[in-house]
Amino acid sequence: MTALAALIRRDIKIALRVGGGALVGVLFFLTVTVLMPFALGPDLALLTRLGPAILWLGALLASLLTLDRLFTADHEDGSLDLIVMGRTPLELACAAKALAHWLAAGLPLIIATPALGLMLNLDTTATSAVALTLLVGTPALTFIGMIGAALAVTLHRGGLLLAVLVLPLSIPVLIFGVAASQAAISGPLAFGTPFSILCAISLVSFVIGPFAAAASLRHGLD
Amino acid sequence: MRLSGRQIDCVRGGREVFSGLDFAAASGQALAVVGPNGSGKTSLLRLIAGLLAPAGGSVVLEGGADELTLPEQAHYLGHRDALKPALSILENLIFWRDFLGGDAGDLRDSLARVGLSHATHLPAAYLSAGQRRRLSIGRLLAVRRPVWLLDEPTSALDAAGQDLFAALMRDHLSGGGIIIAATHAPLGIEAMELRMGGKA
Repeated sequence: MTALAALIRRDIKIALRVGGGALVGVLFFLTVTVLMPFALGPDLALLTRLGPAILWLGALLASLLTLDRLFTADHEDGSLDLIVMGRTPLELACAAKALAHWLAAGLPLIIATPALGLMLNLDTTATSAVALTLLVGTPALTFIGMIGAALAVTLHRGGLLLAVLVLPLSIPVLIFGVAASQAAISGPLAFGTPFSILCAISLVSFVIGPFAAAASLRHGLD
Repeated sequence: MRLSGRQIDCVRGGREVFSGLDFAAASGQALAVVGPNGSGKTSLLRLIAGLLAPAGGSVVLEGGADELTLPEQAHYLGHRDALKPALSILENLIFWRDFLGGDAGDLRDSLARVGLSHATHLPAAYLSAGQRRRLSIGRLLAVRRPVWLLDEPTSALDAAGQDLFAALMRDHLSGGGIIIAATHAPLGIEAMELRMGGKA
């Protein structure tokens, strides 16, 4: 447990320091969402209708933006060799790294959501629905994205490959995240149905992500 | 304790690096792996560390802790220093101590032994190559492990640093440790020689 706590603490510390990249995702999220009303025009009804989808797309792309460094930085400086050799099972180490990444880069997106909801003319119910679905859905994005990050670890320009690998797998999260938000805002579907499926996808990704990432890291090392 | 390899074959990228390699080192012994560039010194160390799978043969550690694998009982000091530039010297060392499962002792002692006690709060980004190497060596002292796998350990170290490291290696060997070191320069300790390349 000490080892995992140390790994989580270290990754969060690095992410929050200068050049760490934790804020890059939030800034990207902010930029996309702030520009959207200018592009769509001052049609408030349209903004309200598109709001959840825009927030979800922004959060999806923002969480991908910083994910390619998840293992690459450790690979480049040799830390990954020592993590693989360590007494901590690699699957747990991968899960700890994903959790640290989500705390540093995913959680700020959810905290920013209420402010950005105002820009898109979303009322309190709608904003809280989107924030709640993001809270449940973004960990799934991180844990699914981790698989792509582990596959692309030895490539120097793995960012694009990561996006190509991970985006198709993130589509279910996007569909049910937006569906649950829309259900809470306008119905007619119950909020619970798509939200439960979103929770299920997250739980499945917590199990599959670390194992798949650890397997691909073991094979990818040379 | 005895670390030995038997008939090891190593293939990387479809090319045979070495084959049929045997080696052995017992407690208190050091093995210097020498040979020209590209003869497979680093590959051998990574293979012992479990970071590469051998194409044939096996590496075994006899007399170690039963419940631990060989990589879990070994320190690997590679070309890359495994330091995070954003963290301070002390933070880097504390992380590796906690992650690798060292005793919660005073790390300032380890840092003093490698000559870095004057700047523990300096970010690692400001360290020179030799100081980075000294900090990685501090990791070997902060967490006790019987097998040291060293890849060019003395590169970037100044003369005083090389003497210091030789003394640390001597301490490790007299405590029953095993050292396998790939090197071009003399290690400064008594060591058996394993010559790679040419003969295979």
